[in-house]
Amino acid sequence: MARSIDQDLSRFKQIVKGKVRGQLKKYITHGEMIGRKGREYVSIPVPNIEIPHFQHGQKGSGGVGQGEGDQGQPIGKGKDQGDGKGQAGNEPGGHVREVEVTLDELAEMLADELELPRIVPKGRDSLSSHKDKYNTISNTGPDSLRHFKRTYKRALKRMIASNTYNGERPIVVPTRDDHQYRSWKTVTEPQANAAVIYMMDVSGSMTDDQKEIVRIEAFWIDTWLHNQYDGVQTRYVIHDAAAKEVDEETFYHTRESGGTRISSAYKVATGIIQREFPPADWNIYCFQFSDGDNWGEDNSSCLSILTDEILPHCNLYCYGQVDSPYGSGDFIRELRKISDNWENMILSEIENKAAIYESIKTFLGKGK
Amino acid sequence: MAISTHRPLPAEIAAVQDEMEEHARNYGLDFFDTIFEMVDYEELSMIAAFGGFPTRYPHWRFGAQYDELMKGYTYGLQKIYEMVINTDPCYAYLLRCNSMTDQKLVIAHVYGHCDFFKNNAWFAGTNRKMLDQMANHAARINRYIDRIGYEPVETFIDACLSVEDLIDPHSVHIRRAHQAPMQRSENSNRNGDDQNGEQDDRQGRFPSKGYMDPFINPPDVLKMQSEERQRKHQELEDSRSFPETPQRDVLLFVLENAPLKGWQHDVLSIVRDEAYYYAPQGQTKIMNEGWASYWHSTIMTRHGVTDADVIDYADHHSGTMATSPQRLNPYKLGIELLKDIEERWNKGQFGPEYDDCDDLHEKEKWDKELGLGREKIFEVRRIHNDLTFIDTFLTPEFCHKHRMFSFAYNDSSNYYEIASREFAEIKQQLLNNLANHGRPFIYVKDGNYANRGELYLEHQYNGTELKLDYARDTLQNLEKLWSRPVHIETVVDDKPTIISFDGSSHEMKPK
Repeated sequence: MARSIDQDLSRFKQIVKGKVRGQLKKYITHGEMIGRKGREYVSIPVPNIEIPHFQHGQKGSGGVGQGEGDQGQPIGKGKDQGDGKGQAGNEPGGHVREVEVTLDELAEMLADELELPRIVPKGRDSLSSHKDKYNTISNTGPDSLRHFKRTYKRALKRMIASNTYNGERPIVVPTRDDHQYRSWKTVTEPQANAAVIYMMDVSGSMTDDQKEIVRIEAFWIDTWLHNQYDGVQTRYVIHDAAAKEVDEETFYHTRESGGTRISSAYKVATGIIQREFPPADWNIYCFQFSDGDNWGEDNSSCLSILTDEILPHCNLYCYGQVDSPYGSGDFIRELRKISDNWENMILSEIENKAAIYESIKTFLGKGK
Repeated sequence: MAISTHRPLPAEIAAVQDEMEEHARNYGLDFFDTIFEMVDYEELSMIAAFGGFPTRYPHWRFGAQYDELMKGYTYGLQKIYEMVINTDPCYAYLLRCNSMTDQKLVIAHVYGHCDFFKNNAWFAGTNRKMLDQMANHAARINRYIDRIGYEPVETFIDACLSVEDLIDPHSVHIRRAHQAPMQRSENSNRNGDDQNGEQDDRQGRFPSKGYMDPFINPPDVLKMQSEERQRKHQELEDSRSFPETPQRDVLLFVLENAPLKGWQHDVLSIVRDEAYYYAPQGQTKIMNEGWASYWHSTIMTRHGVTDADVIDYADHHSGTMATSPQRLNPYKLGIELLKDIEERWNKGQFGPEYDDCDDLHEKEKWDKELGLGREKIFEVRRIHNDLTFIDTFLTPEFCHKHRMFSFAYNDSSNYYEIASREFAEIKQQLLNNLANHGRPFIYVKDGNYANRGELYLEHQYNGTELKLDYARDTLQNLEKLWSRPVHIETVVDDKPTIISFDGSSHEMKPK
């Protein structure tokens, strides 16, 4: 059985994150404990919420301490205005590393920061199926669900406890407080039905810096999608003139050379979708990263595969074009020709690492 | 509930308990039955977050406390070893992973607390069945949550907690002068009105035969007298304030007079009950911890410690007694002061004869071998609270020996600085900090301010001003309870000022 403190704890965390009871936000203090991990000092955030009381201000305040020191010697810093708990005394200088952020929390922070809408899955009402099971009892409810036996028992208990029960005339009258009702709990059954397909151009024109950008962006997208769906399947496709499906490790670290034929990647992706992720059951996400350099004749076949095979089946098709010293960057212009017709197609140009932020926002900002 | 099932103590702990209990009894400690339970750190943190109880009403602040305790423990920064609650029988929780030495020490320490709970006068008024009471409170609040919804109840609890310290911790022990007349005046208001008319007619009449009555009791004179009486009565009513004398128990005043709904009334009274239950613990922190530490150290050093334990024991004990410049350690101050008292009364270093002695050398050697020390500290633990304890027993020698100083906030440097090493100032500062738990004294002065049903509080200013933003927010919360504008008279920037909140905006004006 869940401990009641866990409820209090999660409630507290929700308040701290500003999800509920927004008016308490100004009382949140951002205290910290200083811990030590090996040689490094780590700062452990300990947020709290201070309930306002009538209390003394700093001016004219003081106390009694013990130890050495002359008159006038400072022993601790006063609180800066609005800075919560000061932790005078044992503040270490140097490296302070934040600890304790889970991926889920990261995703939440990302969502808060970018104001990402929650994803509305396509087709169905919800991705994880909810089922209401009548397996619990509540103190409130409609009369039609009244649990007669429990209500009676409770009334009997109360009457015996308050000594109003008469065994000779065993009349039990339930009061409002005795009433018990059948009630339900919502059971969630997670369903793994989001599929993400990453495609990346690994041709000679993609440098390590550009792959780094892709890696960072893919990480954040992954984090967000994992946060939104209970089960996420990920597939990776790399291509130069030919494409193949690879694992995550390879995806990020391969460097091929040679020409570029984007349609080859589309063919592989289409194959994966048809084989593994029937679009009726899956929410499919495609992310393609490239420097926009494609073999000129290939563009038209790319567009036809996209419009016929990929776009109709995807929740979202995102194309991120990283700026390359070598590439021509033409491909995005080709895609712009059709992007007006496809609502689920999102294009973004990523000039440098700083632009990743905006790009993620563009990709995920539609809530699809 | 995770800890509802009672698990028997491991045999070796039970043996330690028996041993410590016997030592404690031999020293004259007197306690309720004490039930020990072994819990893991999560459970202990939970109980500590719940203020010592396994069941409390749902509220986020317990979660916040729990979070802090768990983080402190997880990162190895702090650790609670035990938790005792003031009930009969006494419940004490031991951390399962304590080493054997720690368990011994902690059990001895617990018996010190239990003795203190049972015998200290300031705990005499507390409910020893608080375990049940707290569970009842939880059940009641849960019921309101079912009925009204989580958020409204939680919001209301927040408002109540904001003023929970506005109680009168001494009211448990004495009868305030104004309480009696106030109740009487209420009664007379309620059922006295009808009688007034009849009485009025009879008052001032002389006995007379019927035919003489108009001459002996002329109607116009009677009428005049009656009007005069009514006028006087009215004057008296007008001059009377409500409450008649400033009332410290703001919560009680609100409970009795604010237009609260049934559930709100109950929630507020729950918060008030719990505040009263915890008040003595706040009032006796130094003494309580000092007393328990005195006994764990006495029992452990004379009986409990084996050769194998001695390092661990010394380590733990000295860790508990560590001092820091910014904060007085109540354990340290308490135990040292008790030891000091014991020594002084053993040697007879008290009374006029000792005080009048001018010869420092003589004073230092003073020893009449009275041996009254133990007896004295038992008396001290019976009748004192922290405030009277410090007021009565803190000596210049003690302050000097323990290198105590007072510090004060320096406005210009934004630092706390050492203010003085003079005994008088240290003592005054310490007493200031202890009086009312360092919180400002606040009274209800008028419950019908400006004859508009507004609540008027008064802050008894004694040198430290209120924290303004908090005072405003607290007023806001108080207004939620009172449902009419609220005011507090205080001092801001050395000028008497009234801060008001009328439900939508704050106002500050000089008095």
